[in-house]
Amino acid sequence: MDTDLIFKIAILGIVVSVLHTVLKQAGKEEVANMVTLAGVVVVLFMVVQLINDLFSIVKTIFQL
Amino acid sequence: MEILQIVGAALVVTVLILVIKPQRPELALQISLVFAILIFLFMLDKISGVIKVLEELSGRANLNKFYMATILKIIGVAYIAEFGAQVCRDAGEGAIASKVEFAAKIIIMVLAVPIIVAILDSLLKLLA
Repeated sequence: MDTDLIFKIAILGIVVSVLHTVLKQAGKEEVANMVTLAGVVVVLFMVVQLINDLFSIVKTIFQL
Repeated sequence: MEILQIVGAALVVTVLILVIKPQRPELALQISLVFAILIFLFMLDKISGVIKVLEELSGRANLNKFYMATILKIIGVAYIAEFGAQVCRDAGEGAIASKVEFAAKIIIMVLAVPIIVAILDSLLKLLA
């Protein structure tokens, strides 16, 4: 059970949300949105890679 | 026992998701998606073990290889469709989830047609 990926994403999520609120207070609304978007995209890359692994494994196991 | 690890990890991840959900709901969904995949990868060797036993049994009972392969395909399609539909439903997209399930039903029906035809043929042979 390699849960390091989960904790990586969780930490990234918390950092992004904290950054978002801090930047919003500092008045830089658009930068905050950029940071949020960047965070989501990075996490999406990781998740898509994992989904790709899952699909290839299911294809081999169930001979789809 | 693996089940203890799984339940422990599931509780931890659920709490983690609750922490992140208010601020970043999209990241929370991705965390639950990652955890679902990790559980499948964790149970992988057990699944392949069961499939090997089934294949070996069907080989001994010299069943036709085609039927076993079709059954495995249907199980695979059902698993992936349920996986996708459940993630969509968690995100609140019930409509997309039902469309995925609808497509999965059609695909499974298409996969099952050869077996149905074979059964009917053998039935007709018996009757005729």
